[in-house]
Amino acid sequence: MPLLDENVRNEVRRELAGLPGAVKLLVFTQEFECDYCAETRSLAEELSELSDRIEVEVHDLLGSKAVAEKYGIDKIPAIAVLGEGDRDYGIRFFGVPAGYEFSSLLEAIKMAASGDSGLSPEAREALKGLKNPVHIQVFVTLTCPYCPMAVQLAHRCAVESEHVRADMVEASEFPHLANRYGVYAVPKVVMNERVSFEGALPEKAFVDHLLEAGR
Amino acid sequence: MAELKFLVSTGLGRALKEGHLYDLVIVGAGPAGLTAAVYAARKKLDTLLISKDVGGQTLLTSDIENYMGYHYISGKELAAKFEEQVMKYPIDIAVGEEVVSLGRAGEDFALTTASGKGIRARAVIVATGKRSRPLNVPGERELVGRGVSYCAVCDAPLFAGKDVAVIGAGNSGATAVVDLLVIANRIYVVDIMPGWRADPVLVERIEAAGEKVGTFFGHEVVRIEGRDRVEGIVVRPRGGGAEVKLPVQGVFIEIGLIPNSDLAKGFLELNEAGEIVVDCRCRTSVPGVFAAGDVTNVPEKQVIIAAGEGAKAALSAYAYLIGQRR
Repeated sequence: MPLLDENVRNEVRRELAGLPGAVKLLVFTQEFECDYCAETRSLAEELSELSDRIEVEVHDLLGSKAVAEKYGIDKIPAIAVLGEGDRDYGIRFFGVPAGYEFSSLLEAIKMAASGDSGLSPEAREALKGLKNPVHIQVFVTLTCPYCPMAVQLAHRCAVESEHVRADMVEASEFPHLANRYGVYAVPKVVMNERVSFEGALPEKAFVDHLLEAGR
Repeated sequence: MAELKFLVSTGLGRALKEGHLYDLVIVGAGPAGLTAAVYAARKKLDTLLISKDVGGQTLLTSDIENYMGYHYISGKELAAKFEEQVMKYPIDIAVGEEVVSLGRAGEDFALTTASGKGIRARAVIVATGKRSRPLNVPGERELVGRGVSYCAVCDAPLFAGKDVAVIGAGNSGATAVVDLLVIANRIYVVDIMPGWRADPVLVERIEAAGEKVGTFFGHEVVRIEGRDRVEGIVVRPRGGGAEVKLPVQGVFIEIGLIPNSDLAKGFLELNEAGEIVVDCRCRTSVPGVFAAGDVTNVPEKQVIIAAGEGAKAALSAYAYLIGQRR
Protein backbone atom coordinates (compact mmCIF):
# COMPACT_ATOMS: atom_id res chain seq x y z
CA MET A 1 0.00 0.00 0.00
CA PRO A 2 1.43 3.41 -0.92
CA LEU A 3 2.36 5.83 1.87
CA LEU A 4 0.88 8.82 0.07
CA ASP A 5 -2.86 8.75 -0.55
CA GLU A 6 -4.41 10.12 -3.74
CA ASN A 7 -5.13 13.58 -2.25
CA VAL A 8 -1.56 14.02 -1.08
CA ARG A 9 -0.24 12.71 -4.41
CA ASN A 10 -2.25 15.35 -6.25
CA GLU A 11 -0.99 18.11 -3.98
CA VAL A 12 2.59 16.91 -4.43
CA ARG A 13 2.18 16.84 -8.22
CA ARG A 14 1.07 20.47 -8.03
CA GLU A 15 3.94 21.45 -5.73
CA LEU A 16 6.55 19.78 -7.90
CA ALA A 17 5.17 20.78 -11.30
CA GLY A 18 7.72 22.56 -13.46
CA LEU A 19 10.87 21.80 -11.46
CA PRO A 20 13.57 23.81 -13.28
CA GLY A 21 16.28 21.15 -12.90
CA ALA A 22 16.93 17.52 -12.11
CA VAL A 23 17.04 16.27 -8.52
CA LYS A 24 18.52 13.08 -7.17
CA LEU A 25 17.51 11.62 -3.82
CA LEU A 26 20.28 9.45 -2.40
CA VAL A 27 18.59 7.14 0.09
CA PHE A 28 20.65 5.23 2.63
CA THR A 29 19.24 2.12 4.29
CA GLN A 30 20.47 -1.41 5.03
CA GLU A 31 19.61 -5.00 4.11
CA PHE A 32 17.53 -5.62 7.23
CA GLU A 33 15.79 -2.30 7.14
CA CYS A 34 15.74 -0.26 10.36
CA ASP A 35 12.70 1.43 11.90
CA TYR A 36 11.35 3.76 9.21
CA CYS A 37 14.10 2.76 6.72
CA ALA A 38 11.57 1.02 4.50
CA GLU A 39 9.18 3.97 4.78
CA THR A 40 11.92 6.47 3.91
CA ARG A 41 12.92 4.48 0.84
CA SER A 42 9.28 4.04 -0.26
CA LEU A 43 8.61 7.73 0.26
CA ALA A 44 11.51 8.71 -2.02
CA GLU A 45 10.38 6.18 -4.63
CA GLU A 46 6.79 7.42 -4.52
CA LEU A 47 7.99 11.00 -4.99
CA SER A 48 10.00 9.99 -8.05
CA GLU A 49 6.79 8.59 -9.56
CA LEU A 50 5.18 12.02 -9.20
CA SER A 51 7.84 14.02 -11.04
CA ASP A 52 10.01 12.98 -13.98
CA ARG A 53 12.76 15.33 -12.71
CA ILE A 54 13.31 13.24 -9.55
CA GLU A 55 15.59 10.23 -9.58
CA VAL A 56 16.18 7.91 -6.62
CA GLU A 57 19.35 6.01 -5.84
CA VAL A 58 19.23 3.56 -2.94
CA HIS A 59 22.40 2.68 -1.06
CA ASP A 60 23.22 0.22 1.67
CA LEU A 61 25.00 2.05 4.50
CA LEU A 62 27.67 -0.64 4.82
CA GLY A 63 27.65 -1.94 1.23
CA SER A 64 28.17 1.56 -0.22
CA LYS A 65 30.64 2.66 2.39
CA ALA A 66 32.53 4.97 0.04
CA VAL A 67 29.35 6.77 -1.05
CA ALA A 68 28.16 7.07 2.54
CA GLU A 69 31.48 8.58 3.56
CA LYS A 70 31.51 10.97 0.63
CA TYR A 71 28.17 12.41 1.73
CA GLY A 72 28.87 12.19 5.47
CA ILE A 73 26.11 9.65 6.14
CA ASP A 74 26.71 7.99 9.53
CA LYS A 75 23.20 6.86 10.45
CA ILE A 76 20.04 5.64 8.74
CA PRO A 77 17.50 6.19 7.40
CA ALA A 78 19.05 9.10 5.53
CA ILE A 79 18.36 11.11 2.40
CA ALA A 80 20.82 13.45 0.66
CA VAL A 81 19.07 15.79 -1.77
CA LEU A 82 21.29 16.53 -4.78
CA GLY A 83 20.75 19.04 -7.58
CA GLU A 84 21.46 19.02 -11.33
CA GLY A 85 24.59 17.02 -12.18
CA ASP A 86 24.63 15.49 -8.69
CA ARG A 87 25.53 18.84 -7.18
CA ASP A 88 25.68 18.48 -3.41
CA TYR A 89 24.31 21.52 -1.61
CA GLY A 90 24.64 19.86 1.81
CA ILE A 91 20.94 19.08 2.32
CA ARG A 92 20.40 16.00 4.51
CA PHE A 93 17.48 14.30 6.23
CA PHE A 94 18.13 11.75 8.99
CA GLY A 95 14.99 9.88 9.99
CA VAL A 96 11.79 9.78 7.98
CA PRO A 97 10.66 13.19 6.69
CA ALA A 98 6.97 12.58 7.44
CA GLY A 99 4.41 14.66 9.31
CA TYR A 100 5.27 18.35 9.14
CA GLU A 101 8.74 17.56 7.81
CA PHE A 102 7.27 16.24 4.55
CA SER A 103 6.91 19.90 3.58
CA SER A 104 10.63 20.39 4.32
CA LEU A 105 11.49 17.54 1.93
CA LEU A 106 9.35 19.11 -0.82
CA GLU A 107 10.98 22.49 -0.21
CA ALA A 108 14.44 20.90 -0.32
CA ILE A 109 13.63 19.26 -3.66
CA LYS A 110 12.42 22.57 -5.11
CA MET A 111 15.53 24.34 -3.81
CA ALA A 112 17.93 21.72 -5.16
CA ALA A 113 16.17 21.86 -8.53
CA SER A 114 16.57 25.63 -8.81
CA GLY A 115 19.79 26.13 -6.87
CA ASP A 116 18.17 29.24 -5.38
CA SER A 117 18.17 29.49 -1.59
CA GLY A 118 15.35 32.01 -1.48
CA LEU A 119 17.14 33.87 1.34
CA SER A 120 16.82 37.63 1.64
CA PRO A 121 19.51 39.79 -0.03
CA GLU A 122 20.81 40.75 3.45
CA ALA A 123 21.23 37.11 4.51
CA ARG A 124 22.96 36.23 1.22
CA GLU A 125 25.38 39.09 1.73
CA ALA A 126 26.06 38.12 5.36
CA LEU A 127 26.74 34.48 4.42
CA LYS A 128 29.48 35.60 2.01
CA GLY A 129 31.46 36.40 5.16
CA LEU A 130 31.42 32.76 6.23
CA LYS A 131 34.85 31.21 5.66
CA ASN A 132 34.81 28.02 7.74
CA PRO A 133 32.67 24.88 7.49
CA VAL A 134 29.52 24.80 9.63
CA HIS A 135 27.54 21.64 10.30
CA ILE A 136 23.96 22.41 11.34
CA GLN A 137 21.82 19.76 13.01
CA VAL A 138 18.15 20.61 13.48
CA PHE A 139 16.43 18.23 15.88
CA VAL A 140 12.70 17.81 15.26
CA THR A 141 9.70 15.67 16.02
CA LEU A 142 7.15 14.92 13.32
CA THR A 143 4.34 16.55 15.32
CA CYS A 144 6.07 19.91 15.81
CA PRO A 145 4.50 22.68 13.72
CA TYR A 146 7.40 25.12 14.22
CA CYS A 147 10.16 22.70 13.25
CA PRO A 148 9.92 22.99 9.46
CA MET A 149 10.74 26.72 9.73
CA ALA A 150 14.06 25.89 11.37
CA VAL A 151 14.81 22.96 9.04
CA GLN A 152 14.00 24.91 5.89
CA LEU A 153 16.05 27.90 7.01
CA ALA A 154 19.03 25.62 7.71
CA HIS A 155 18.66 24.03 4.27
CA ARG A 156 18.43 27.48 2.64
CA CYS A 157 21.73 28.42 4.27
CA ALA A 158 23.26 25.17 2.99
CA VAL A 159 22.18 26.00 -0.57
CA GLU A 160 23.48 29.56 -0.25
CA SER A 161 26.89 28.77 1.25
CA GLU A 162 29.25 26.02 0.16
CA HIS A 163 30.57 25.94 3.74
CA VAL A 164 27.26 24.87 5.27
CA ARG A 165 25.84 21.38 5.63
CA ALA A 166 22.38 21.16 7.21
CA ASP A 167 20.78 18.02 8.65
CA MET A 168 17.22 17.44 9.76
CA VAL A 169 17.44 14.90 12.60
CA GLU A 170 14.23 13.25 13.79
CA ALA A 171 14.90 13.12 17.52
CA SER A 172 12.84 10.07 18.43
CA GLU A 173 14.65 7.89 15.83
CA PHE A 174 18.08 8.84 17.18
CA PRO A 175 17.67 8.88 20.97
CA HIS A 176 21.44 8.66 21.55
CA LEU A 177 21.91 11.96 19.70
CA ALA A 178 18.92 13.55 21.43
CA ASN A 179 20.53 12.50 24.68
CA ARG A 180 23.99 13.70 23.76
CA TYR A 181 22.76 17.16 22.74
CA GLY A 182 20.18 17.43 25.53
CA VAL A 183 17.17 17.71 23.25
CA TYR A 184 14.16 18.30 25.51
CA ALA A 185 12.33 20.72 23.25
CA VAL A 186 12.09 21.04 19.49
CA PRO A 187 13.19 22.51 17.23
CA LYS A 188 16.69 22.41 18.71
CA VAL A 189 19.49 23.65 16.51
CA VAL A 190 23.12 22.63 17.04
CA MET A 191 25.85 24.30 14.96
CA ASN A 192 29.39 22.90 14.95
CA GLU A 193 28.92 21.48 18.45
CA ARG A 194 29.51 24.94 19.90
CA VAL A 195 26.40 27.02 19.23
CA SER A 196 22.97 25.71 20.14
CA PHE A 197 19.52 27.14 20.69
CA GLU A 198 15.88 26.14 20.85
CA GLY A 199 13.06 27.50 18.74
CA ALA A 200 12.48 28.65 15.19
CA LEU A 201 14.42 31.91 15.02
CA PRO A 202 13.86 34.57 12.36
CA GLU A 203 16.28 34.55 9.43
CA LYS A 204 18.60 37.29 10.70
CA ALA A 205 19.07 35.80 14.18
CA PHE A 206 19.61 32.34 12.65
CA VAL A 207 22.27 33.65 10.27
CA ASP A 208 23.97 35.56 13.11
CA HIS A 209 24.29 32.30 15.08
CA LEU A 210 25.60 30.57 11.96
CA LEU A 211 28.32 33.20 11.49
CA GLU A 212 29.23 32.86 15.17
CA ALA A 213 29.55 29.08 14.79
CA GLY A 214 31.81 29.53 11.75
CA ARG A 215 34.10 32.06 13.38
CA MET B 1 5.47 2.45 15.23
CA ALA B 2 2.96 5.23 14.84
CA GLU B 3 1.09 5.64 11.58
CA LEU B 4 2.87 8.16 9.37
CA LYS B 5 1.10 11.21 8.04
CA PHE B 6 2.30 13.53 5.30
CA LEU B 7 1.52 17.25 5.29
CA VAL B 8 2.28 19.04 2.07
CA SER B 9 1.54 22.52 3.38
CA THR B 10 4.65 24.62 3.03
CA GLY B 11 3.37 27.53 5.08
CA LEU B 12 5.24 29.76 2.67
CA GLY B 13 2.83 31.79 0.63
CA ARG B 14 2.90 34.91 -1.44
CA ALA B 15 4.91 37.67 0.15
CA LEU B 16 3.67 41.02 1.36
CA LYS B 17 4.08 44.25 -0.59
CA GLU B 18 6.02 46.63 1.62
CA GLY B 19 4.55 50.10 1.92
CA HIS B 20 1.45 49.08 -0.08
CA LEU B 21 -1.95 50.35 1.08
CA TYR B 22 -4.13 47.24 1.47
CA ASP B 23 -7.91 47.34 1.87
CA LEU B 24 -7.58 44.90 4.74
CA VAL B 25 -4.72 43.46 6.75
CA ILE B 26 -5.54 40.39 8.85
CA VAL B 27 -3.03 39.82 11.62
CA GLY B 28 -2.86 36.19 12.73
CA ALA B 29 -3.62 32.97 10.82
CA GLY B 30 -5.41 30.76 13.31
CA PRO B 31 -9.01 29.68 12.70
CA ALA B 32 -10.27 33.29 13.08
CA GLY B 33 -7.71 34.90 10.73
CA LEU B 34 -7.92 32.14 8.10
CA THR B 35 -11.72 32.26 8.02
CA ALA B 36 -11.63 36.06 7.82
CA ALA B 37 -9.20 35.73 4.87
CA VAL B 38 -11.60 33.50 2.92
CA TYR B 39 -14.51 35.88 3.52
CA ALA B 40 -12.40 38.94 2.62
CA ALA B 41 -11.07 37.27 -0.54
CA ARG B 42 -14.63 36.44 -1.65
CA LYS B 43 -15.50 40.13 -1.26
CA LYS B 44 -12.50 40.84 -3.53
CA LEU B 45 -10.81 42.99 -0.92
CA ASP B 46 -7.11 43.70 -1.52
CA THR B 47 -6.05 41.62 1.48
CA LEU B 48 -2.85 40.71 3.30
CA LEU B 49 -2.84 37.84 5.79
CA ILE B 50 0.22 38.15 8.03
CA SER B 51 1.21 35.73 10.78
CA LYS B 52 4.02 33.97 12.59
CA ASP B 53 2.53 30.61 11.67
CA VAL B 54 -0.47 29.11 9.92
CA GLY B 55 -2.97 27.36 12.17
CA GLY B 56 -2.23 29.05 15.48
CA GLN B 57 -3.20 27.08 18.55
CA THR B 58 -4.99 24.52 16.37
CA LEU B 59 -1.53 23.16 15.56
CA LEU B 60 -0.94 22.43 19.22
CA THR B 61 -4.06 20.31 19.60
CA SER B 62 -3.63 16.67 18.73
CA ASP B 63 -7.28 15.63 18.41
CA ILE B 64 -10.33 17.74 17.60
CA GLU B 65 -13.68 16.02 17.99
CA ASN B 66 -16.01 19.01 18.12
CA TYR B 67 -15.46 20.90 14.88
CA MET B 68 -18.59 20.30 12.84
CA GLY B 69 -18.26 18.23 9.69
CA TYR B 70 -15.46 16.10 11.11
CA HIS B 71 -16.11 13.41 13.72
CA TYR B 72 -12.41 13.35 14.32
CA ILE B 73 -9.54 15.33 12.87
CA SER B 74 -6.09 16.20 14.15
CA GLY B 75 -5.29 19.85 14.74
CA LYS B 76 -2.63 19.91 12.05
CA GLU B 77 -4.91 18.33 9.46
CA LEU B 78 -7.68 20.82 10.20
CA ALA B 79 -5.18 23.71 9.98
CA ALA B 80 -3.89 22.31 6.67
CA LYS B 81 -7.46 22.15 5.32
CA PHE B 82 -8.06 25.76 6.40
CA GLU B 83 -4.83 26.82 4.72
CA GLU B 84 -5.65 24.93 1.53
CA GLN B 85 -8.97 26.77 1.34
CA VAL B 86 -7.29 30.17 1.85
CA MET B 87 -4.61 29.41 -0.77
CA LYS B 88 -7.28 29.08 -3.45
CA TYR B 89 -7.71 32.85 -3.37
CA PRO B 90 -5.27 35.43 -4.77
CA ILE B 91 -4.52 37.31 -1.56
CA ASP B 92 -1.08 38.16 -0.18
CA ILE B 93 0.11 35.90 2.61
CA ALA B 94 3.19 36.60 4.72
CA VAL B 95 4.09 33.76 7.07
CA GLY B 96 6.94 34.00 9.57
CA GLU B 97 6.30 37.71 10.12
CA GLU B 98 5.25 39.08 13.48
CA VAL B 99 3.39 42.40 13.64
CA VAL B 100 4.80 44.39 16.56
CA SER B 101 2.95 47.67 16.23
CA LEU B 102 -0.38 48.93 15.01
CA GLY B 103 -1.43 52.58 14.90
CA ARG B 104 -3.08 55.31 12.90
CA ALA B 105 -1.61 56.85 9.76
CA GLY B 106 -4.01 59.63 8.78
CA GLU B 107 -7.29 57.98 7.88
CA ASP B 108 -5.54 54.65 7.43
CA PHE B 109 -3.55 52.34 9.69
CA ALA B 110 0.16 51.57 9.81
CA LEU B 111 1.63 48.23 10.89
CA THR B 112 5.27 47.29 11.39
CA THR B 113 6.80 43.83 11.64
CA ALA B 114 9.56 42.52 13.89
CA SER B 115 11.76 42.35 10.78
CA GLY B 116 11.22 46.09 10.24
CA LYS B 117 8.76 46.01 7.33
CA GLY B 118 6.02 48.63 7.07
CA ILE B 119 2.49 48.02 5.77
CA ARG B 120 -0.55 50.26 5.46
CA ALA B 121 -4.21 49.28 5.60
CA ARG B 122 -7.63 50.90 5.29
CA ALA B 123 -8.99 48.37 7.79
CA VAL B 124 -7.42 45.80 10.12
CA ILE B 125 -8.56 42.58 11.76
CA VAL B 126 -6.55 41.52 14.80
CA ALA B 127 -6.79 37.74 15.21
CA THR B 128 -3.56 37.03 17.04
CA GLY B 129 -4.94 34.45 19.48
CA LYS B 130 -3.42 33.44 22.75
CA ARG B 131 -0.25 31.78 24.04
CA SER B 132 0.61 29.62 27.04
CA ARG B 133 0.54 31.16 30.48
CA PRO B 134 3.69 30.53 32.51
CA LEU B 135 3.52 29.17 36.07
CA ASN B 136 5.93 31.79 37.43
CA VAL B 137 7.69 29.49 39.89
CA PRO B 138 11.43 29.23 40.62
CA GLY B 139 13.27 27.06 38.11
CA GLU B 140 10.68 27.37 35.37
CA ARG B 141 12.31 30.02 33.23
CA GLU B 142 15.81 28.55 33.65
CA LEU B 143 14.66 25.09 32.57
CA VAL B 144 12.60 25.98 29.49
CA GLY B 145 13.84 23.64 26.79
CA ARG B 146 15.57 21.60 29.49
CA GLY B 147 12.47 19.61 30.36
CA VAL B 148 9.96 22.42 30.84
CA SER B 149 7.62 22.50 27.85
CA TYR B 150 4.64 24.56 26.77
CA CYS B 151 4.03 22.44 23.66
CA ALA B 152 3.05 18.90 24.63
CA VAL B 153 2.25 17.89 21.06
CA CYS B 154 5.74 19.03 19.91
CA ASP B 155 7.87 17.72 22.73
CA ALA B 156 6.02 14.65 24.07
CA PRO B 157 7.92 12.23 21.77
CA LEU B 158 11.19 13.28 23.48
CA PHE B 159 10.02 11.80 26.80
CA ALA B 160 9.63 8.16 25.82
CA GLY B 161 9.80 5.93 28.91
CA LYS B 162 10.37 8.91 31.21
CA ASP B 163 8.37 10.18 34.19
CA VAL B 164 6.66 13.50 33.58
CA ALA B 165 4.32 15.97 35.23
CA VAL B 166 1.43 17.79 33.57
CA ILE B 167 0.43 20.99 35.33
CA GLY B 168 -3.23 21.83 34.77
CA ALA B 169 -6.29 19.58 34.70
CA GLY B 170 -8.39 21.46 32.17
CA ASN B 171 -8.90 20.36 28.56
CA SER B 172 -5.35 21.29 27.49
CA GLY B 173 -3.80 19.42 30.42
CA ALA B 174 -6.01 16.38 29.86
CA THR B 175 -5.16 16.36 26.14
CA ALA B 176 -1.46 16.46 27.03
CA VAL B 177 -1.97 13.50 29.38
CA VAL B 178 -3.75 11.53 26.64
CA ASP B 179 -0.85 12.26 24.23
CA LEU B 180 1.68 11.17 26.86
CA LEU B 181 -0.14 7.96 27.86
CA VAL B 182 1.43 5.99 25.00
CA ILE B 183 4.85 7.63 25.38
CA ALA B 184 5.80 8.34 28.98
CA ASN B 185 6.32 5.90 31.85
CA ARG B 186 4.48 7.60 34.68
CA ILE B 187 2.45 10.81 34.53
CA TYR B 188 1.62 13.07 37.48
CA VAL B 189 -1.17 15.61 37.09
CA VAL B 190 -1.03 18.67 39.34
CA ASP B 191 -3.80 21.24 39.68
CA ILE B 192 -4.79 23.75 42.33
CA MET B 193 -8.47 22.80 41.89
CA PRO B 194 -9.88 19.69 43.61
CA GLY B 195 -10.48 17.67 40.42
CA TRP B 196 -10.60 17.49 36.63
CA ARG B 197 -12.10 20.42 34.72
CA ALA B 198 -11.72 18.67 31.38
CA ASP B 199 -14.43 17.20 29.13
CA PRO B 200 -15.65 13.91 30.63
CA VAL B 201 -14.70 11.98 27.45
CA LEU B 202 -11.04 12.90 28.02
CA VAL B 203 -11.16 12.12 31.75
CA GLU B 204 -12.64 8.67 31.03
CA ARG B 205 -9.73 7.89 28.70
CA ILE B 206 -7.21 8.92 31.36
CA GLU B 207 -8.93 7.01 34.15
CA ALA B 208 -8.94 3.88 32.00
CA ALA B 209 -5.12 4.00 32.14
CA GLY B 210 -5.28 3.32 35.89
CA GLU B 211 -2.07 3.46 37.94
CA LYS B 212 -0.01 5.06 35.18
CA VAL B 213 -1.46 8.47 36.01
CA GLY B 214 -1.13 9.89 39.52
CA THR B 215 -3.07 13.00 40.51
CA PHE B 216 -2.15 15.79 42.89
CA PHE B 217 -5.36 17.77 42.91
CA GLY B 218 -5.65 20.69 45.32
CA HIS B 219 -1.86 21.07 45.03
CA GLU B 220 0.31 23.90 43.80
CA VAL B 221 3.77 23.77 42.26
CA VAL B 222 6.36 25.30 44.59
CA ARG B 223 9.38 25.03 42.31
CA ILE B 224 10.95 23.09 39.50
CA GLU B 225 14.31 21.54 40.38
CA GLY B 226 17.32 20.67 38.29
CA ARG B 227 20.60 22.15 37.14
CA ASP B 228 21.07 21.49 33.45
CA ARG B 229 17.79 19.67 33.10
CA VAL B 230 14.62 19.01 35.03
CA GLU B 231 15.15 16.54 37.85
CA GLY B 232 11.88 16.97 39.70
CA ILE B 233 9.13 19.26 40.86
CA VAL B 234 8.05 20.12 44.37
CA VAL B 235 4.33 20.42 45.11
CA ARG B 236 2.37 21.09 48.27
CA PRO B 237 -1.31 21.08 49.26
CA ARG B 238 -2.94 24.42 48.75
CA GLY B 239 -3.51 26.11 52.10
CA GLY B 240 -0.49 24.46 53.71
CA GLY B 241 0.90 21.01 54.32
CA ALA B 242 3.99 18.96 53.65
CA GLU B 243 5.90 19.43 50.40
CA VAL B 244 6.12 16.43 48.10
CA LYS B 245 8.93 15.97 45.60
CA LEU B 246 8.02 14.24 42.34
CA PRO B 247 11.05 12.88 40.46
CA VAL B 248 10.20 13.77 36.86
CA GLN B 249 12.28 14.59 33.79
CA GLY B 250 9.62 16.57 31.99
CA VAL B 251 7.11 19.23 33.03
CA PHE B 252 4.30 20.15 30.67
CA ILE B 253 2.64 23.41 31.65
CA GLU B 254 -1.00 23.66 30.58
CA ILE B 255 -2.53 26.21 32.95
CA GLY B 256 -4.28 28.42 30.49
CA LEU B 257 -3.50 31.16 28.06
CA ILE B 258 -2.73 34.84 27.80
CA PRO B 259 -3.83 37.00 24.86
CA ASN B 260 -1.32 38.12 22.21
CA SER B 261 -2.53 41.72 22.44
CA ASP B 262 0.79 43.53 22.93
CA LEU B 263 0.54 45.15 19.51
CA ALA B 264 -2.79 46.70 20.52
CA LYS B 265 -1.74 48.08 23.91
CA GLY B 266 -2.37 51.81 24.21
CA PHE B 267 -4.27 51.79 20.90
CA LEU B 268 -7.29 49.55 21.44
CA GLU B 269 -9.36 49.09 24.58
CA LEU B 270 -8.36 45.92 26.45
CA ASN B 271 -10.11 44.28 29.42
CA GLU B 272 -8.45 43.25 32.69
CA ALA B 273 -7.32 39.96 31.18
CA GLY B 274 -5.59 41.86 28.36
CA GLU B 275 -8.17 40.76 25.79
CA ILE B 276 -9.29 43.17 23.05
CA VAL B 277 -12.81 44.41 23.81
CA VAL B 278 -15.16 43.95 20.83
CA ASP B 279 -18.89 44.44 20.29
CA CYS B 280 -21.20 41.90 18.66
CA ARG B 281 -19.94 43.00 15.22
CA CYS B 282 -16.27 42.44 16.17
CA ARG B 283 -15.69 46.22 16.28
CA THR B 284 -12.93 47.42 18.63
CA SER B 285 -12.71 50.82 20.31
CA VAL B 286 -11.11 52.23 17.10
CA PRO B 287 -13.36 52.42 14.01
CA GLY B 288 -11.79 50.45 11.16
CA VAL B 289 -10.01 48.02 13.48
CA PHE B 290 -11.78 44.74 14.13
CA ALA B 291 -10.77 41.75 16.23
CA ALA B 292 -11.77 38.10 16.28
CA GLY B 293 -11.09 34.84 18.05
CA ASP B 294 -9.21 34.04 21.25
CA VAL B 295 -7.52 37.46 21.49
CA THR B 296 -10.92 39.08 22.13
CA ASN B 297 -13.21 39.19 25.15
CA VAL B 298 -15.69 36.86 23.41
CA PRO B 299 -16.36 33.99 25.84
CA GLU B 300 -15.40 30.34 25.11
CA LYS B 301 -12.16 29.63 23.30
CA GLN B 302 -13.07 27.05 20.66
CA VAL B 303 -11.95 26.52 17.05
CA ILE B 304 -15.52 26.69 15.78
CA ILE B 305 -16.26 29.91 17.69
CA ALA B 306 -13.04 31.58 16.50
CA ALA B 307 -13.83 30.61 12.91
CA GLY B 308 -17.34 32.09 13.20
CA GLU B 309 -15.99 35.28 14.73
CA GLY B 310 -13.43 35.56 11.92
CA ALA B 311 -16.20 35.40 9.33
CA LYS B 312 -18.15 38.06 11.18
CA ALA B 313 -15.11 40.35 11.49
CA ALA B 314 -14.43 40.14 7.73
CA LEU B 315 -18.04 40.98 6.88
CA SER B 316 -17.99 43.90 9.35
CA ALA B 317 -14.72 45.15 7.83
CA TYR B 318 -16.27 44.91 4.36
CA ALA B 319 -19.30 46.94 5.48
CA TYR B 320 -16.94 49.51 7.02
CA LEU B 321 -14.86 49.78 3.83
CA ILE B 322 -17.95 50.17 1.63
CA GLY B 323 -19.00 53.10 3.84
CA GLN B 324 -15.48 54.60 3.53
CA ARG B 325 -14.94 54.24 -0.24
CA ARG B 326 -13.14 57.26 -1.55
